Amino acid sequence: MMLPLLILWLMAGGIIAWLAEKVNASLSKWIAFLALAAAFGMTLAWWMQMNTSGGLNVWLMQYDTPWIPDFGIHFHLALDGLSLLMLTLTMFLGLAAVLTSWHEIEYRVGFFYFNILWVLAGITGVFLTMDLFLFYFFWEVMLIPMFFLIIIWGHENRRYAAYKFFIFTQASGLLMLLAIVGLYFVHGIASGTYTFDYFQLLNTQFSPQTGRLLMLGFLAAFIVKLPVVPFHSWLPDAHSEAPTAGSVILAGLLLKTGAYGLIRFVIPLFPVAAAEFAPWGMALGVLGILYGAVLAFAQTDLKRLVAYTSVSHMGFVMLGVFAFNSLALQGVVMQMITHGISTGALFILAGSLYERIHTRDINRMGGFWTQVPFMGTIGMVFAMASLGLPGLGNFVAEFLTLLGAWKATHILTILAAVGLVAATAYSLRIVQKVFLGRSEQKFTLPDLSFREKMILVPLVIVIVWLGVYPQPVMNTVKEVITLTLNPTDIKPTTPRISDKDIQKGGTHDRK
Amino acid sequence: MKELLWLIPALPLAGALTLILAGDKLSRATAGLVGCGSVGLSAIITLLIGFDFLSSPQPYHQLLWSWMAVEGFHTEFAFHLDALSMVFLFVITFVGTLIHIYSTGFMVDDDGFARFFAYLNLFVCAMLILVLADNLLLMYLGWEGVGLCSYLLIGFWYQEEKNGYAARKAFIVTRVGDTSMAIGLFMLFQAFGTLNIQELMTHASQTWQVGAHAAVVIAFLLLGGAVGKSAQLPLQTWLPDAMAGPSPVSALIHAATMVTAGVYLIARTHVIFELAPDAQMAVGIVGAVTLLLAGCSALTQYDLKRVLAYSTISQIGYMFLALGIGAWSAGIFHFMIHAFFKALLFLGAGAVIMLLHHEHDMFKMGGLRKKLPVIYWTFLIGSASLAAIPFVTAGFYSKDQILWLALAGEKGNPVFYAAALAGAFITSVYTFRMVFVTFFGHEHTHVGHDAGRSMTVPLIILAILSTIAGFIELPHTFGHVTLFSDFLNPVLPTVALKPELEHLEVLFQAIAAVVALSGVYIAYFFYVKQPELPTVIKKAVPGLHHLWYNGWGFDALYNTLLVRPYVFLSTLNKNDVIDKVYGGMVTFTQYCNGVLVRTQSGMMRWYVMGIVIGAILMLTLGLML
Repeated sequence: MMLPLLILWLMAGGIIAWLAEKVNASLSKWIAFLALAAAFGMTLAWWMQMNTSGGLNVWLMQYDTPWIPDFGIHFHLALDGLSLLMLTLTMFLGLAAVLTSWHEIEYRVGFFYFNILWVLAGITGVFLTMDLFLFYFFWEVMLIPMFFLIIIWGHENRRYAAYKFFIFTQASGLLMLLAIVGLYFVHGIASGTYTFDYFQLLNTQFSPQTGRLLMLGFLAAFIVKLPVVPFHSWLPDAHSEAPTAGSVILAGLLLKTGAYGLIRFVIPLFPVAAAEFAPWGMALGVLGILYGAVLAFAQTDLKRLVAYTSVSHMGFVMLGVFAFNSLALQGVVMQMITHGISTGALFILAGSLYERIHTRDINRMGGFWTQVPFMGTIGMVFAMASLGLPGLGNFVAEFLTLLGAWKATHILTILAAVGLVAATAYSLRIVQKVFLGRSEQKFTLPDLSFREKMILVPLVIVIVWLGVYPQPVMNTVKEVITLTLNPTDIKPTTPRISDKDIQKGGTHDRK
Repeated sequence: MKELLWLIPALPLAGALTLILAGDKLSRATAGLVGCGSVGLSAIITLLIGFDFLSSPQPYHQLLWSWMAVEGFHTEFAFHLDALSMVFLFVITFVGTLIHIYSTGFMVDDDGFARFFAYLNLFVCAMLILVLADNLLLMYLGWEGVGLCSYLLIGFWYQEEKNGYAARKAFIVTRVGDTSMAIGLFMLFQAFGTLNIQELMTHASQTWQVGAHAAVVIAFLLLGGAVGKSAQLPLQTWLPDAMAGPSPVSALIHAATMVTAGVYLIARTHVIFELAPDAQMAVGIVGAVTLLLAGCSALTQYDLKRVLAYSTISQIGYMFLALGIGAWSAGIFHFMIHAFFKALLFLGAGAVIMLLHHEHDMFKMGGLRKKLPVIYWTFLIGSASLAAIPFVTAGFYSKDQILWLALAGEKGNPVFYAAALAGAFITSVYTFRMVFVTFFGHEHTHVGHDAGRSMTVPLIILAILSTIAGFIELPHTFGHVTLFSDFLNPVLPTVALKPELEHLEVLFQAIAAVVALSGVYIAYFFYVKQPELPTVIKKAVPGLHHLWYNGWGFDALYNTLLVRPYVFLSTLNKNDVIDKVYGGMVTFTQYCNGVLVRTQSGMMRWYVMGIVIGAILMLTLGLML
């Protein structure tokens, strides 16, 4: 029962925050903040509870109730280590997004926080759903509020960016819907049970050709979201035009739903087709790493620059997922988390700078270290995270990914490693252009406020923690990764945390 | 005592964190105390552990915590103390402490006082982790960590655009080497399933034959990492520019410690290099060529610090040469002695530059001998050691050992020996060119006062070390002391001599001594007796001078081949050509829309016409099919 409650909690919080605007605009902020703080506490509490290892029984919680029984659609949520990590990250970055908007958003405040909470609710749903129809539903739920966030509170070119984001995501999402429906019928015809249930659809038998086509449908949605070059071009516009909170959620969380989809659906549902596609997948990943890095180096808009670094970093996800081994997948999961944190932090810094000097053009910046040493230090930390300095979380992610990828391909791994040199070039360029050198324009900047420190310092602590002691995260997903690589073993077993959540689960078919 | 090992890197880390977090609130005195105190305490602990280690010299392993453990791969934060890391610990903490103390005087008027010590402390911590790491991944952490600190400190005076450029150049060039090393790590892991150094070395010697393909490839990849960090050919270009950093930084990072990390890496993994004779030969060749090229460049520089920078590249070339011929302990011995005298020279040069109000050009100095006696004498001692003046200097003993083994060692050959001997001559010339130009002749720039005690005391201590430290390892023709090589022997094997040359050692020592002294005389002749001659020579061969002065044109080469094309391509594609494709789709759709919109004209006859044509087309199609 806790799982649907979490989603409802966020949605209800969103509605109340919207209504509260009538009373007082700053009440909306507080409601959003408290709703997320409670949700964050919840996910942390679950994480504490799961310490005991259950072998291959990965399910911590489950909730299953028929929704549209005639079509075999269930409201089926389940939580495993991977979902749990993603949820924790969602709430953590959600809090950062709310805090960073505190003074930035002054127009239609209530509706803003409504959209923030609804997009987070959609993301939560995506990370929990075990029913493909419901998955598609949540996939859309996170799209629309994000569209509003960009088009209402974005920068100058926001309409263009919002439509572009919408069309890319929607078009690729429709391909996924086709594939979902296709899978539904293929499975239904073969077995006689028409269902959208994830566990039943696993191990569906189909001809290689069908498998390939269906996988491409899923893949389309996920690699556009991730994004993979050449489907990335919505991202720089959306990221740079969105308000800070929007960029944080986009880069930190929405991209991760693409990565999550690859791990949760593409590989387990289509192990054969995915293995066939693997060399192409890895090649696309490496292309993204290099192409994104070269483009990032040329940008003059700070947010656009950071956006292209995301393209580059997400290439590692693609490389790692299709390397098909547990080392690389551990790296991918680490990359999902650490990239969320480090890129989120860079967008927050860009937002803080924009609030102070009202420009994102790095050619007009420079020499800010003298005035804002605290911000400079934090900027330095995250620039280093972005170039993969050991001791920070991103290194662990990239190293494990490459170590795993090396087993699969030597040439591509070497090329990906070259990407690390390119990453050095663009990361150092950020630091140089913003904080070092001399300023040609006389800006006066106050250093970070207490609120901003409260956002950024925890992010620094987490990125260092993940760099020197990532073990808790790795233990949390260890079994999920083993199962992903052996999808025949994925079973909806009795969840480990609480029994009352599965009362309805009994009705559901166990193979 | 040994269980205190973790404190040695932890104390500087604590110092760095304190200074980063509370640096602005601390007074200069407190900040200086935190900076020097943390490293000083580490030095004391190193000394205590050192005594303990001398009495019980078995390796000590300390596990701090498990870093990551996933299926098939686990690695720890763990330290391994043996004779090799002991030598490095000693040099890093002691020279480090002296340089920290010197810095309290050198940086006294700088706004970034606390920030400077924060970075310096962080550097010491990373360097200590590098040499203590029991696995290659942790070593890689230290390796990149020192790279970061080097970047921060080269660009310490960040308002100058050129300092930032030098800093980024250093980071990016060394990262190229680091990437090669990382790939070496992937291969080692794939071969043996671990990155623990001791296990790797055991597995390697058991599994691989001499000359095994994997061993050769891995050794070359590790060499790639080493040449990046140690500024050897072909990745040496960053070091001369790195002189943009404050002089204590040049002394600590770009002379005594970080740039010798490559030497450490090769010595640490010497088992692999011994299994890969081709790669080991390559190490020697890199060293021999680098020491000559850099020596020639040093001859032509005007900037005092750039002379020293090229000299450092050249001296590390000697260490690589030693490693290349399997004279492991000779290489490490030269590392230690070099750390003493080169730190001394950089600190002396820094003091001169500071007292002359940031004048770097030594031809604008001159005649400082009388004005700055302490700096002069200590600098002279350091220079004598660098030039390997026979018998009284430490540099003579360390370099002579390499010269001798380059010929007489079982892997030595006459070419290596000739290169090393020629290098020794060049070293001696450029060193005393520097001494004569800076301290003799007429005074070109007025200097007010001498340096303070916080700066002169470290100079004196380093001068003493640059002299007496040589006596712990004397050739058997002359005292025969082997304290140092005996100490390292459990870790690094000794080198066998070619029997037919063994009795000729005295002869070759005499040659080395004569070469060093004649270099001094040449410098004296050209820069004191006939000071107009160098200009004449320079005019006679302008091309050669230009080539040497610019470090053999490597910068120009890399700029043309790599940097400019990269920047050009990336700027060209700033607006992302792929996006244009999607933009094209939009334009096309809009165009179609524009065309179709025109059909909706509101004129009845056009619509009727359209219906008629449509009907005819349909009928035709229906009939045809």
